[in-house]
Amino acid sequence: MTESTDAGQRSGFDLGQGPGRLLVWLYGVFTVAAASRSAVQMLMDFGRAPLAYVLSAGAAVVYAFITYSLVRGGESARRAALVCCAAELAGVLVVGTWTLLEPSAFPDATVWSDYGMGYLFIPVILPVTAMVWLRRAPRS
Amino acid sequence: MIHALTLAAGLAALALAAWCGFAFSRDQSTKDWHFIGMAVVSLLAVVQLVIGVVRLAGGDKPEQGTAIFVAYLLGAAAAVPAAGFMSLAERTRWGSATVTAGAVILAVLEVRLYDIWGG
Repeated sequence: MTESTDAGQRSGFDLGQGPGRLLVWLYGVFTVAAASRSAVQMLMDFGRAPLAYVLSAGAAVVYAFITYSLVRGGESARRAALVCCAAELAGVLVVGTWTLLEPSAFPDATVWSDYGMGYLFIPVILPVTAMVWLRRAPRS
Repeated sequence: MIHALTLAAGLAALALAAWCGFAFSRDQSTKDWHFIGMAVVSLLAVVQLVIGVVRLAGGDKPEQGTAIFVAYLLGAAAAVPAAGFMSLAERTRWGSATVTAGAVILAVLEVRLYDIWGG
């Protein structure tokens, strides 16, 4: 335990240890899920729901960046990840509300449709959990 | 055949999730026995991948498209091994939590695979 704390202090603190490991895993999975979803859909029929596919691709980029920041560790990565988690949460809430108010704009679903219902609501739980962890991590 | 395998892999994944979730609740990291369990579940997913590809090569068409079916097969085969490697590097209860999450994801993928193949 002491060893990892010392190593953490030398290279900035570690965001991907302990509970952070679970977050790295989940963000990694969602990066792959969102990226492959948008890639397959764009390749198959981009014209069917371009807005939905572009939003999924955007979600994939945000997930990828947060995964990378959690692995990188340190204060600047922590700040960048916090900003991205806030953007992610805002994205889930905006897209979630948008899909409910105007379903006609979305002939096909995105990762964030209906607040991520198709993904067990993990897209809305994940950023909140990550922000709690990012605020606590430097002190633990 | 493919549905029986999907069901077996899904149930095995749920059992693995419960087992590692129990380790997490007891504040334990993953042990050798857990890794044997992960190997069994991964083997089921790999066999499913092989049989799925053989069926595709034999001319069968999944209801929701071949590309999506193959993507989910690959994801299913990779989910538990990837979580297992992460738990190797995390020798705390959070390693067990990671495998639990990976196994739940595999179970969800199996449900989707069932739908994609066509019930």
